[in-house]
Amino acid sequence: MTVPAIELKGISKAFGPVQANKDISISVAPGTIHGIIGENGAGKSTLMSILYGFYKADKGEIWINGNKTDIPDSQAAIAAGIGMVFQHFKLVENFTVLENIVLGAEDGGLLAPSLSKARKELKALEEEYELFVDPDKRIDEIGVGMQQRVEILKALYRKAEILILDEPTGVLTPSEADQLFRILDRLRAEGKTIIVITHKLREIMENTDTVSVMRRGQMTATVKTADTSPEELAELMVGRKVLLQVDKVPAQPGKPVLKIEKLSVFDSAGVERVKGIDLTVRAGEIVGIAGVAGNGQSELLEVLGGMRPGQGSIKLNGAPLALSGPGSDGQARRAQHIAHVPEDRQREGLVMDFHAWENVAFGYHRDPAYQSGIFMNNAALRADTERKIEKFDVRPPDAWLTAKSFSGGNQQKIVVAREIERNPDLLLVGQPTRGVDIGAIEFIHKQIVALRDQGKAILLVSVELEEIFSLSDRIAVMFDGHVMGERLPHETDEKELGLLMAGVAGEAA
Amino acid sequence: MEKMPKWADVVLIPLISLILAAILSALVILAIGENPIEAVKLMVTGALGSTYGWGYTLYYATNFMFTGLAVAVAFHARLFNIGGEGQAMLGGLGVAMVCLYIPWPHWSIALLAACAGSMLFGAAWAAIPAYLQAKRGSHIVITTIMFNFIAAAFLNYVLVNLMRPPGAQDPSSASFPEAVHLPTFQSMFSTAENVVFKGTPVNITFFIAVLACFVVWALIWRTRLGYEIRSYGKTETGAVYAGISPVRITIIAMLISGALAGLMAINNVMGEAERLVLNATEGAGFIGIAVALMGRSHPFGVFLAAILFGFLYQGGAELAFWTSIPRELIVVIQALVILFTGALDNMVRMPLEKLFLSLRKGAQ
Repeated sequence: MTVPAIELKGISKAFGPVQANKDISISVAPGTIHGIIGENGAGKSTLMSILYGFYKADKGEIWINGNKTDIPDSQAAIAAGIGMVFQHFKLVENFTVLENIVLGAEDGGLLAPSLSKARKELKALEEEYELFVDPDKRIDEIGVGMQQRVEILKALYRKAEILILDEPTGVLTPSEADQLFRILDRLRAEGKTIIVITHKLREIMENTDTVSVMRRGQMTATVKTADTSPEELAELMVGRKVLLQVDKVPAQPGKPVLKIEKLSVFDSAGVERVKGIDLTVRAGEIVGIAGVAGNGQSELLEVLGGMRPGQGSIKLNGAPLALSGPGSDGQARRAQHIAHVPEDRQREGLVMDFHAWENVAFGYHRDPAYQSGIFMNNAALRADTERKIEKFDVRPPDAWLTAKSFSGGNQQKIVVAREIERNPDLLLVGQPTRGVDIGAIEFIHKQIVALRDQGKAILLVSVELEEIFSLSDRIAVMFDGHVMGERLPHETDEKELGLLMAGVAGEAA
Repeated sequence: MEKMPKWADVVLIPLISLILAAILSALVILAIGENPIEAVKLMVTGALGSTYGWGYTLYYATNFMFTGLAVAVAFHARLFNIGGEGQAMLGGLGVAMVCLYIPWPHWSIALLAACAGSMLFGAAWAAIPAYLQAKRGSHIVITTIMFNFIAAAFLNYVLVNLMRPPGAQDPSSASFPEAVHLPTFQSMFSTAENVVFKGTPVNITFFIAVLACFVVWALIWRTRLGYEIRSYGKTETGAVYAGISPVRITIIAMLISGALAGLMAINNVMGEAERLVLNATEGAGFIGIAVALMGRSHPFGVFLAAILFGFLYQGGAELAFWTSIPRELIVVIQALVILFTGALDNMVRMPLEKLFLSLRKGAQ
C-alpha cells in the first residue's frame, strides 16, 4: 500500500465546552479526491482549519507523506504543500490576477521581478492544468468561477500538493460547478490530492473517490464512494432516515395573489438591480426563483417585504402596494398579510441578542395581542412563544434563550414559526435552509408545502437548485435583473436552468 | 450558549475593574509620597462618613444619574451621544427662563414647569445632531461634540448680553425668586435638635433622578418604543426588515437622551446655584458616559455607578482639601476608574470568560 498523502490520527479540538472534533482519524491516498460531508456544525471546517494551521488541535497527529508534521500556522501548512481554497475567497478585488497570485509570496522588496517570474510560472501552470485566466484582468472584472480558479492557481503557485476546497460550489452556477470538477479531475490525474468539503450529496457521489461523513464532531464513517448511496450518506450525516424528496401533491393554483409588472429596483449606489420584471404568483402555488446569488433576487424580496423602494407596479389580491414613501415599510406589508422569511436570518430575521420570546414579536411587536395599555404584554408574548416552540419543535424548548444560543436550524424554525403562524396571504421565503441541518430542512420544507396546501401564495428564492426543484410548482430564473424564463419543474432539468442562470436565453417564456 | 453567568457580567467585572483601578491609583499615590491607605480613609470618611459628606456625594450622583441615563438611552439605539454636556447647559437655560420670567406661586408647580422646560431645551439641542445623523448620515459623535462647543459659546453670549442683570460683574443670570427654591435634604430631614445634611446642595431632585431611572427602565424593557429602540440598536438591517424606521428611532432616542441630559439642570441650576452661571455643568455630561459604560446602560447600573462617581467627586474634593495630594491627581484617579470600567472592559472580560468556561468544563 502506498503512503497516504495525508493522515490524521486521533485529532481532538474543543472550544470551551463544545467538542468540535473528537478523536478524528482519516487517511487520504495520494492522487485521489476525498469528500468530507456533514451538516453545519458537524466540525468539518474546524478539522480543515487545524490542517491549515488556523487552530491547534488539543490532541492528535498530522502525518503528511509519511512524515509527522506540526502545523502551527498557515505558513507551515503552505511549506508542507497544503493549499486551501476558502468558501469566501481571499482575493484583493482591485488587484490583478497576477498581483493576487504573488501576494504574500513576493521574492523581495521589488515587485517587478516577482511579477515577471510569476507570469512565466503561471503560464506553465495554466498549460499543465488547463486553468486559463487572464493574468492582467482585475479581480472585480472577472466572474466568480474565474475568481475560484485564481484561488486554485494561488495554491498551485505555492507548490501545493494537497488542495483543500471548502464548499467550493456554493457560489457557482451548475455549469461553473461542472467546470470546477473537470479541473479537479485534471489535477487528480496529475497526482495532486484533493479534499472537498461540502454538504451537497450529489457532488460527493459524482466526483469523489472516497468520502468521510462527520456528525457532531465525530467521523461516523469513511467509505468508497462507489460503494454507497445518497440515502446512506444522508442517514450517516443525520443519524436517522431522512426524506430527501419533499412529499407533496400537485398544486391547485387559484386566482393570482401577487402580480408584479415592470418592477425595477435600484440599490443605494443607483445601480439597477431588478430591470423591469413581470411575475405572478397564484394562490396555492409555490413559485421558485432560481439564480446565482446577486442577480436581483434579494432586491426583489426586499421590495416585496418593504425593506427597499422600487418602481413599477405590484398588486396584492388586486390592490396596489405602495413601493416607496409612507405605507411601503415592513409594518405596512405585514398589515397587508405578507409574511417574510428573510434571506439572512442572523442580520435581518432575528435579533441575535434577544430572547426567543422577544424574537417571536419581531416585526409583529405592534400586534394588539402583545400590548397591555402603554406596556408590552410580555406574559402573553411568552405564552405565544411557548406554543410556537412546541408546534415547530424548536430545540431546546426554552423561550428565555437568546437567539444566538440556538443552532442555525432552530433559529430558522423560530423565524418560520413566527411568519407562517400569521397565516399570511403571501409568504416570501429567502434561502429557507441556508446553514440549516438536514433534519430541520425536511421540517421547514413540510411547513412551506402545508401553507401552500391551505391555498396561500408562496414566493421562494433560493440559490440551491435542488431546493428550487423539490419545492417549486413553477420556476422563474433570474439573471442580471431579468427573468430569463419560467419553467415547470417536471418539464425542465438542471442543465436548462443552468443555462438560463448563466444568462443564455432559452425560447421565450 | 452564554459565556458566563449574568451575575459575573453585571457584578464581578465592574468590581474587578474597580479593584484594578484602585490598585493603580494606590501606586500613583505612593509614587508621590503619600499614604494610599490614609487617602482611602479620608475619601471614605469625607464622602460617606457624615450626612454632610453624603449630601455632596448624592448631589453629584444626581447629576450623573441624569447624564448617565441620557447616554444609556442613546446607547440602546447604538448612538453615542457625547453631547450630554451641551444638552445639560441648554437645559439650564430652559430652567432659568421658566424660573425667572414666570411668577410661580409655589416651588412644586415651578418644579414641574422647570422639568418640562429643561427637557424641552435639552431635547431641542439633541434634535439637530439627531436629524443630521438620521437624514444626512453626519456622525453623531462629531456633531454632538461640536454642539457642546456651540452650547458653551451660545450660553456665554446669552448670559453676558441678555440675562446678566444690569450692573452685575459676573456672567450669570439674576438669582431665582424665593418661591422657586427647591427643598433641600437639610430642610426635609432635619429636626429641631438634629440638623442633617447641613449646608449641602442635595435636594429633592435626587428623587426625580431615582424616578427617572425607573421610568427609563420601564421605557426600555417594557414598552413597544423601548423594544424598537433596542432592536434598532442591535441590528439596523433587522429593524428595516421589521418595519422599524431607523430615522424615526434615531430621532426619538436622541430626543429622549437630550431631555434626560437637560433634566440635570433641575439639580444644579434650580436646586443648587438658584441662578444660571457659566459652565454650570462642570463636566457632568462627560462623566455620564463613564457612568453609562460602567452601569452597562442599565438604569440600575447607572444608579450605582452614579453614586460611585459621586463618591469619587466628593472624596476627591476632601482629599485635595486635607492632604497635599493635588486636585489633578483626583482627576487621574477618576480617569483610571473610567479607563478600567469603560475602555478596558475586555481586558477583564476575556480572561474571566475563559475561566468560567473551563470551570464549567470541569464540572461536566
